Amino acid sequence: MANIQEKIAKLYPEAVVEQADTLTITIDDARWHNLAQTLRDDFSMDYLVTIVGMDWKESLGCIYYLMSSKTNEIIAVKVSTTDRERPMLHSVADLWRVACLYEREVYDFFGIIFIGNPDMRRLFLNIDWKGYPLRKDYDEDPALNPVSIENERQSDLTDTWVEENGKVVKKEVQVFAPEDFVVNIGPQHPATHGVLRFRTAVDGEEIKKIDVYMGYIHRGVEKLCESLTYPQTLHYMDRLDYFSAHNYHHGLCLLFERAAGIEISRRAQVIRVMMDELSRIASHCLFIGTYCMDLGATTMLFYTLRVREQILDIMEKTCGARMTFNYDCIGGVMQDLAPDFVQDVKALLAVLPENIKEYNKIFTGNVIARKRMEGVGVLTREDAISYAVTGPSGRASGWACDMRKLKPYSIYSELDFNEVTATEGDSMARFKVRLLEIEESAKILAQLVDNIPEGEYCVKVPKVLKIPAGQYFEIVEGCRGAFALYLESDGTTKPYRLKIAPPCLTLAGVVDHITRGTKIADLITIGGSLDYIVPDMDR
Amino acid sequence: MQDLSAITNWIHSFLSSLMPGWLTTTVECVLIGVGLLLVYSLLALFYIYYERKFCAAIQCRIGPNRVGPLGLLQSVADMFKILIKELIELKHIDRFLFALAPYLVIIASMLAFAVLPWGNGLQVIDFNIGIFFLIAVSSIGVLGILLAGWSSNNKFTLIGALRSGAQMVSYELSIGLSVLTMVCLAGTASVGGIIEAQSDMWFIFKGHIPALIAFVIYMIAGTAETNRGPFDLPEAESELTAGYHTEYSGIHFGFFYLAEYLNLFVISGVAALLFFGGWMPFHVPGWESFNHIMDYIPSVVWFLGKAFVLSAVIMWFKWTYPRLRIDMLLALEWKYLLPIGLFNLALMACIIVFNLHF
Repeated sequence: MANIQEKIAKLYPEAVVEQADTLTITIDDARWHNLAQTLRDDFSMDYLVTIVGMDWKESLGCIYYLMSSKTNEIIAVKVSTTDRERPMLHSVADLWRVACLYEREVYDFFGIIFIGNPDMRRLFLNIDWKGYPLRKDYDEDPALNPVSIENERQSDLTDTWVEENGKVVKKEVQVFAPEDFVVNIGPQHPATHGVLRFRTAVDGEEIKKIDVYMGYIHRGVEKLCESLTYPQTLHYMDRLDYFSAHNYHHGLCLLFERAAGIEISRRAQVIRVMMDELSRIASHCLFIGTYCMDLGATTMLFYTLRVREQILDIMEKTCGARMTFNYDCIGGVMQDLAPDFVQDVKALLAVLPENIKEYNKIFTGNVIARKRMEGVGVLTREDAISYAVTGPSGRASGWACDMRKLKPYSIYSELDFNEVTATEGDSMARFKVRLLEIEESAKILAQLVDNIPEGEYCVKVPKVLKIPAGQYFEIVEGCRGAFALYLESDGTTKPYRLKIAPPCLTLAGVVDHITRGTKIADLITIGGSLDYIVPDMDR
Repeated sequence: MQDLSAITNWIHSFLSSLMPGWLTTTVECVLIGVGLLLVYSLLALFYIYYERKFCAAIQCRIGPNRVGPLGLLQSVADMFKILIKELIELKHIDRFLFALAPYLVIIASMLAFAVLPWGNGLQVIDFNIGIFFLIAVSSIGVLGILLAGWSSNNKFTLIGALRSGAQMVSYELSIGLSVLTMVCLAGTASVGGIIEAQSDMWFIFKGHIPALIAFVIYMIAGTAETNRGPFDLPEAESELTAGYHTEYSGIHFGFFYLAEYLNLFVISGVAALLFFGGWMPFHVPGWESFNHIMDYIPSVVWFLGKAFVLSAVIMWFKWTYPRLRIDMLLALEWKYLLPIGLFNLALMACIIVFNLHF
């Protein structure tokens, strides 16, 4: 870390380098692209975790969170502009492919234009939305943005701003060529797993280009969180990736607890980890079922739901709910474990191996399944990192990106489990990685089930929680990938800015890249194998 | 073996005694038409129930069990519901073709009923090219599907129709070849003649290796022909929502739905006819008393039983395998099934020439 700090200071003397929660570099927009290049090439900061758009009132800007796939170090870079009328920053979409998507999101919420980004459209909100909702001076008057009963407004054009002779010029670009046969797959379509829309240009059965259109379930969670107290914001975590509800809760609790300096009991930690792993098994089971259903093998769904039901029963007994559990809370967990929790988990662990064997027998070895999945939608390791495809999908491409291993949180460093990776990067690898991860999660559960320590399940926390002013960053492993959280606190009871960086956004972002030249049926295979959850990407 | 033609002959002579010849023929045609329609709709209801119970068993479920005893009235209720549903009027479609398409599909499957051997002497028409008539009428169905996809003015239905066109035209070849193989063995294309030829032993045993190959090809191609999983690409739910019939509602959709089930019955009925002797009971040469006992089971039961068991096999495919992709589907037909089918036809010819069959 100190090494980077010195080198950056030498190369970019104007940059301000400070070690806060994360090593943070503040730099001018003019020098930012150069620094980005240096960071990516010389310090192997090849994984862009997220771009946090910020409104500091006197200035607008972005915080780029970068992670190295080699050293696992995280650094943050702050870039800002004081122009509130027409804020502009330089795009880094040419360095990290995922930046194109992230920058669109920042543009959508803050109106910051990125010079050089090929596609400067809004990402979630309607194209005729007035104002930029996450700016602090945003006018919330409903009359400005009435609920429309007209057809959805849309355009076949997109804007891009380019620098020509020192002047920034706006250009209009067509999304599709005029002769393209464009099919709308979604927003209401069985294979998009939610309300997501792929505008797909096809040539016969072959896919030429996909334009991912999201935002149909955008609820403005980040905006909502700014008007809620810290404990209240927790409840939104259930409603992002509803299958990773425990994991996301865990992540946000860790962030708040670290920021507020709360130590939780060992018992609460063990319970949280067990719940995380149970969710992971349930989530992967559902993935296998729905994925097979996407491929036309309807029966598998029932076989995998059998296991999932068992897990949901365990959850129901302890959390009182089968979905939206609201279980983790600041200081520990909401209630103590149900009396037969240990026994139920043991029963689950007993049936798991047999079920996995059955799944392999029915589906994995099937000749049709193999032909449809092997070699389909190959994502290379470099692309996986550049597109920030984390989680099982990234690991299937050979990128060891399990945050439980890279940035061990809670008690994960003491546990014995393997990080499952594959090298093929195709749909089959993504499928198999998840299947194997079920076994690893079961291994973790087996280590913990007999060792749940006694103690209090929730420590005392102040009734009114205030977090000291500052910036905090936390990254945990959800069921579908790395789930990053950024909190900027101004010392009050409500977050000044809470940025949620979900894994599914990037999963949807990579669809166009890996489906080009494949068949329509492959889009279903690939989309299914990426396993995105739409509420998670839309927030 | 009781001959059911005794009953039909009795009806014929009874009607002839009452009215002139031309009226007799007309009345008989109407009677047969009504009878077939009745059988058609009853079979469709039964098949819907059958498939639901069968897939429920595979999927560790119970299936319909609320309406009527064992849920038997469920499909009746479903049918009633579909009858009273609104036919949605669409704009910007080819109205005539859109309305015509479901009838074409259902007529194709109904015409095939004419030559199915329901029982000993219980066949609407038995003429010397019966089996070719069957192949001919069953390919009208693809026309209906293509028209449905085209006239709906919808991109999904169009893709579904194109897929279905490619698929059905291709797999028709394999069906034709395996039928031809069996016709070779029978020495006749008449349905009655084919069954007669199996009176000592079913063709699947008589023709041994080539018959077995023909049977496997027929079952694969037949499943594809009925647009059922794993070949349900034209209506691949997760890709094309509902494929060619996306825009249909009410009874028009019902016709497609019925035709699918009835085609399943026709395909398995023809398989029973070609490979398992149609209504012919299970006979082993030399075991006279055993054959005699087998003859006591009514021929209608034999035929329906065989058809239902073979349908179960096709359903089993559907609820086990994932769906193929269009290129895999065409590769399977043109690269494997068709050459194997052609080779098999030649093999069958050799076996017949050198008298190597049982």
